[in-house]
Amino acid sequence: MAYSDKVIDHYENPRNVGSLGKDEDDVGTGLVGAPACGDVMKLQIRVKDGVISDAKFKTFGCGSAIASSSLATEMIKGMTLDQAASIRNTEIVQELNLPPVKIHCSVLAEDAIKAAVDDYKKKQAARDAQA
Amino acid sequence: MATTVTAAPSSTATRLVAVPAGVTLPIFMDNHSTTPVDPRVLEAMLPYFTQHFGNAASRNHSFGWAAEAAVDNARAQVAALIGGDAKEIVFTSGATEAINLAIKGAVSYYKKQGNHVVTVETEHKATLDTCKRLQRDGIEVTVLRPGSDGLVTPQQVADAVTDKTVVVSIMLANNEIGVIQPLAEIVAAVKTKNGKTLVHSDIVQAAGKIPVDVEALKLDLASLSAHKMYGPKGIGALWVRRKPRIRIDPLIDGGGHERGMRSGTLPVPLIVGFGKAAEVAAADLATEGPRMLALRERLHRGINARLVETYVNGSLEHRLPGNLNISFAFVEGESLLMALKDVAVSSGSACTSASLEPSYVLRALGVGEELAHTSIRFGLGRFNTEAEVDYTIDLVATSVERLRELSPLWEMHQDGIDIKSIQWTPH
Repeated sequence: MAYSDKVIDHYENPRNVGSLGKDEDDVGTGLVGAPACGDVMKLQIRVKDGVISDAKFKTFGCGSAIASSSLATEMIKGMTLDQAASIRNTEIVQELNLPPVKIHCSVLAEDAIKAAVDDYKKKQAARDAQA
Repeated sequence: MATTVTAAPSSTATRLVAVPAGVTLPIFMDNHSTTPVDPRVLEAMLPYFTQHFGNAASRNHSFGWAAEAAVDNARAQVAALIGGDAKEIVFTSGATEAINLAIKGAVSYYKKQGNHVVTVETEHKATLDTCKRLQRDGIEVTVLRPGSDGLVTPQQVADAVTDKTVVVSIMLANNEIGVIQPLAEIVAAVKTKNGKTLVHSDIVQAAGKIPVDVEALKLDLASLSAHKMYGPKGIGALWVRRKPRIRIDPLIDGGGHERGMRSGTLPVPLIVGFGKAAEVAAADLATEGPRMLALRERLHRGINARLVETYVNGSLEHRLPGNLNISFAFVEGESLLMALKDVAVSSGSACTSASLEPSYVLRALGVGEELAHTSIRFGLGRFNTEAEVDYTIDLVATSVERLRELSPLWEMHQDGIDIKSIQWTPH
């Protein structure tokens, strides 16, 4: 199967690879997928004044899964939490020219963003409750 | 939509690892899928396209005689490779047809004797789908599960055989993991249980790679393909025992070619190529076998010297010399294939398929799905060199290291987190 140039670019030069401190207050972590399905994405955000100031990812998956999560981290930097949570997988499909068999990769990236935002919000709610 | 885009680093056009002298990219290391036609084979074939183009069934002129003589010669060459007789070779369009003909043809001919077929979960789809078709038509099918080494035991097969079993179909060497079944012992156990049961073997991957003797194995039927042994695509053969005579109903009716078992004008150039490929393979077997094994061991050792957490799938001891099927834990197979684009190999990961299910062969062995997704099949062949193997080792190790740095599972493993302890969300 041939990959689009954009998938190859993200695969060969993935953006924002790495990890943020999972236990830090201003970090939200999303971990989605399953090893048995051949796809696991970890996407993390750092939030400052309601805006995503940094994003990192690590992905176990095919080239399209790696590219989808790499692109997702690029897209959400500078966004508010609500903006990030409203990103649809179709935007990723379009940007990367993903074929139909790879659409699930973009869905997983969308899920990963949402999971990271949820995790951050839960953390804040827990902290607010304690305060 | 407001999107902040990080500046992408300039494309790394430079290769990850240096290409040694004498290595031309891309390297073909997927010799279980197919093989290139050996130049000696092509040379033998060429005159039969334009010069000796006669129909081998034309009995009344020299064009036909020349074609017939060439076919007879090829028949003897193919038979000699597997210890059979020239009269026992039925040419087909390939192994898929030969397997269909063997199993369906025998079940049809011997329907009064029974209605049961036995095979194994790790067989090629040509066998499994043929059995499924028969099952839909009312034949009982038993599909045996191999052990974690990929092997079935003679006892296990014999236990599945009943007084109604017409055919047992078990491959000699597997196309994904290369494991070699104890076929002689299996045949003996089957015949002890039911002397009338026929044993067919898909010997596609074994023929020309390891010594095969259908007489010593006491087989009844065996399927072969030319393009897996440096011959042309589009030609295969079914070996059908004559003493005692095994009968099969044809799948294709027509002019009564191939003693009525497979009608259709013989593709003489392909048959000549098949024969030459068999002759070359037989002549080189004693030297090529050990050379393949040395290359395989070099590849395996080289990979293990650089990487931890690699797992060979299937028995390493009972295996084709040119096969290495290995899982690189925490690295998804298709992403690794992408990194290995200069080396043609294949993966047990089914990320490309809609089902998202990894190799059914690895699953039958009980390989965990998370490991099955990380498997790569290396298929070494006649034209691979030590320098190519060394380049491959370097490329694989560098790529796996890079992809592990990208892998959240590798990170968890490094942090001592058991991946099985996590509540995953299957999708």
